Amino acid sequence: MRTTRRRALIAGAAALCTLLTGCGAADMTKQTSPFAAVKGARTVTLSVQSWVGAQANVAVAQYLLEHELGYRVDTVQVDEVPAWDALSQGRVDAILEDWGHPDQEKRYVDDKKTIVRGGDLGVTGHIGWFVPTYLAKQHPDITDWRNLNSYASLFRTAESGGKGQLMDGSPSYVTNDKALVKNLGLNYQVVFAGSEAAQIAQIKQFAKEKKPFLTYWYAPQWLFEKVPMTEVKLPPYTEGCDADPVKVACSYPYTPLQKYLNARFAASGGDAAAFLKKFRWTTEDQNEVALMIADQKLTPAEAAKKWVEGHRSVWKEWLP
Amino acid sequence: MATVTAPAPRTVPGLLKRPAVRKLAVLALLTAVLAPLAEARWGGGAWPHALTVDVTAPLTRVSDWIIDNRDSHPLFLYVLGHLSNAVIVCVRAVYLFLFAAGWAGVTALAAAVAWCVAGARLAAGTAVALLACGALGMWVPTMQTLALMVVAVLASVAVGALLGLAAGLSDRMDRALRPVLDTMQILPAFAYLLPVVLVFGIGVPAAVLATVVYAAPPMARLTALGLRGADPEVLEAVESLGATARQRLLTARIPLARKELLLGLNQAIMMALSMAVIASVIGAGGLGDRVYQALASVDVGAALAAGIPIVLLAVVLDRVTGAAGDRIGQQREGGRLWLRPAAALAAVVVVALAARLAGGPDWPTGWTVSIAEPVNRAVDWMTGHLYSGVPYIGGTADWAGHFTTWVLDPVRSALLWLPWWSVLLIVAAPAWLIGTWRTALTATGAMAVIGVLGVWQPSLDTLSQVLAAVAVTLVLGLAAGIAAARSDRFARVLRPVLDVFQTMPQFVYLIPVVALFGVGRAPAVAAAVVYALPAVVRITAQGLRQVDPAALESARSLGATSGQQLRQVQLPLARPALLLAVNQGVVLVLAVVIIGGLVGSGALGYQVVYGLAQGDLATGLIAGVAIVCLGLMLDRVTQPTARRATKGA
Repeated sequence: MRTTRRRALIAGAAALCTLLTGCGAADMTKQTSPFAAVKGARTVTLSVQSWVGAQANVAVAQYLLEHELGYRVDTVQVDEVPAWDALSQGRVDAILEDWGHPDQEKRYVDDKKTIVRGGDLGVTGHIGWFVPTYLAKQHPDITDWRNLNSYASLFRTAESGGKGQLMDGSPSYVTNDKALVKNLGLNYQVVFAGSEAAQIAQIKQFAKEKKPFLTYWYAPQWLFEKVPMTEVKLPPYTEGCDADPVKVACSYPYTPLQKYLNARFAASGGDAAAFLKKFRWTTEDQNEVALMIADQKLTPAEAAKKWVEGHRSVWKEWLP
Repeated sequence: MATVTAPAPRTVPGLLKRPAVRKLAVLALLTAVLAPLAEARWGGGAWPHALTVDVTAPLTRVSDWIIDNRDSHPLFLYVLGHLSNAVIVCVRAVYLFLFAAGWAGVTALAAAVAWCVAGARLAAGTAVALLACGALGMWVPTMQTLALMVVAVLASVAVGALLGLAAGLSDRMDRALRPVLDTMQILPAFAYLLPVVLVFGIGVPAAVLATVVYAAPPMARLTALGLRGADPEVLEAVESLGATARQRLLTARIPLARKELLLGLNQAIMMALSMAVIASVIGAGGLGDRVYQALASVDVGAALAAGIPIVLLAVVLDRVTGAAGDRIGQQREGGRLWLRPAAALAAVVVVALAARLAGGPDWPTGWTVSIAEPVNRAVDWMTGHLYSGVPYIGGTADWAGHFTTWVLDPVRSALLWLPWWSVLLIVAAPAWLIGTWRTALTATGAMAVIGVLGVWQPSLDTLSQVLAAVAVTLVLGLAAGIAAARSDRFARVLRPVLDVFQTMPQFVYLIPVVALFGVGRAPAVAAAVVYALPAVVRITAQGLRQVDPAALESARSLGATSGQQLRQVQLPLARPALLLAVNQGVVLVLAVVIIGGLVGSGALGYQVVYGLAQGDLATGLIAGVAIVCLGLMLDRVTQPTARRATKGA
């Protein structure tokens, strides 16, 4: 009696399992989000990186996909490197702004072929060291790296010990700063803010007090409109000078930002994939939207709506 | 008048003293013999390089193997894939149900459940809380979080109950499981994320599984505790009636353990909610994701708008399960027990249908209030006026600077200056004094593992932040706790504040903290203090209030002033509670100091954040293990008696 019941239980459990999961193999790299598409519409999932420029890309793409092409769009916030992984697995369909990840590109695009290139975003990114413009006006020679050591005491903080503080941001961003400080013989300490949000909060606070600071920063970035900053010249970039991460002693390159699509999505994504491949705008456009989000505190959707209403000619060309 | 005296306090230390001295003597002897040896062989200062093991290469290989085989290896296809799929199916089912019920249906259902298990007042509170979530414009994220939570909590409860059942019925299982559960309970949530993400990828399955791992242990502990605590006389009576083992379990032991089981459910829910936000880093979606995205644009107001629903959910769920627990054992108003649920269910169906016919399932668009702007203005004003240049006391930035220079830096350099073997001994001494040699060995072993993994320096850096934050927390927490214990009015004012800070996702106040204290270790310490303070205040106040009133009465009759009563009667008698407060403070502070990696606390926190951000298993996992060891060590050094079952999360 008891054994039969137990047997029935096991059989029932097995049946339930099969019912739940379907038979045979379950490739979790092909599973979608449970929150996707309640209405049963066509959906696209976009990766939003943590910086506002990327939010602007996604907001506008989302708005157009939803209102012009009738898609439902989900967004997921993921850091840069994990985003590549998620893209390869199909958890997200597209990354709209990538700052160059040669290792991941080789692994997923060339070797595994799970990701395809989606072309230029149209925006050129540049990383560098920046000081606030009010400081550069006071000390015009501060914008040359050779003079940084003589100003080190200006940048001293509680966290940097006796040295000057060079503030870095999120650990997910591309940076050679520790090596640069060492190889250029600078009397500076790299202090990691740990997240871009913390870094921005600190920069704004410094700027309010007109205090000197030296920070890792990148353009295009909406913060330049709020806190004007001037780049510090590092030894010029030449092709391959940053190949060895330990020996690098040159500035950062200008990177045309790239889009990447999941390979399956690119092949069978229909209008959405075609639209995302054609999506291409300028630094000014992106900044306009980013500033609305970050500074005027509009929601990304409102900001995108505003921009879309004013730039019909730009986005008309993206539609398939 | 009752002449109950306080248990004579003089004799107890007298008894305790001798073994303590003996233990210290043994340690001193050990030091005298081993220290010169260690010094000669490996030198003093930081952990010797010769004693470290580099595990970076194998970890990187593991990580590469997982990435390359995730879509082809049978382990992933036939085991983990189904697991992941099952999670998605379940979450989706719950989400679709919530979506179909519509906002009115969900609110009515929640209120009805609260009414059935906890009474009319909490039902009204539940409804108001849910409507507030909608009014903040957060209805859909709230439902996503709720769907995820329902699945995660059910899974945690199932897993926890099974483990607890095993530990409750078998002594061997209990011995095997207890250290594991003990350890899992003190793990900072951040340390879990990376391995889960690597295997399951970004998304809901990873988030749910990380949550289950985090929330199941308290359920397991409490289940085991409840089963083991069953009254032996009742069990004997049941046995004498000729019940089989299974009947005994089902009819006596489990019903007797109902209170603990419900407390376990309560704990599981609270921990799952706190994890729901942290898991947004790995793509959990929902409210946590809104908080996290708002942080990216430094928008405290928007983060708060998503954080408030989390607080509301937490408070409501806590109160409802708590009230349900209190009701157990009370007499039910006999007769037709089904009447109330049936009536409630009917009402829910009517409300849901009515709302569905009147509008749609979505929250009406016009009914939202935006709180982001006023909040941001308030935060701007606060940070603008307090940051620096406040007359006499200086600004918060100056305090942070002084705190870093005069407290954090000296503590860190002192810790780093200590020879490594002396750190091990310093750890061993208190652990042995308040516990057994086994406690001491665990604590010392944990520190040694940190050294072997080659993260000695960052770990001591983190430790210095923890020590500083704990000191501040204790000073503030004991003061507030004493005040709350002595004044009912103060306690009433304090309670909602504590509730909010205990459940508010830490991400929400990371940014204001940076705006006030700048980037660095000081803001991390500040955030940790804010997070740990409620638990410390609460435990202190509770401990002081539970002091035997007779003892107080007799002290008063002897003419002791109020201050004397506090110092000589209340505080000594509340010692166990105070020690528990210290222990909880340490564990909670550690959890947030790690999250402080996001605001520049550096050290282990930064390495965990780096590991997550770069998908770098080696860095992240080593730092994670070091955090676990640090937590284990701190717990063993501060936890004198048998561990309490609950955790103040």
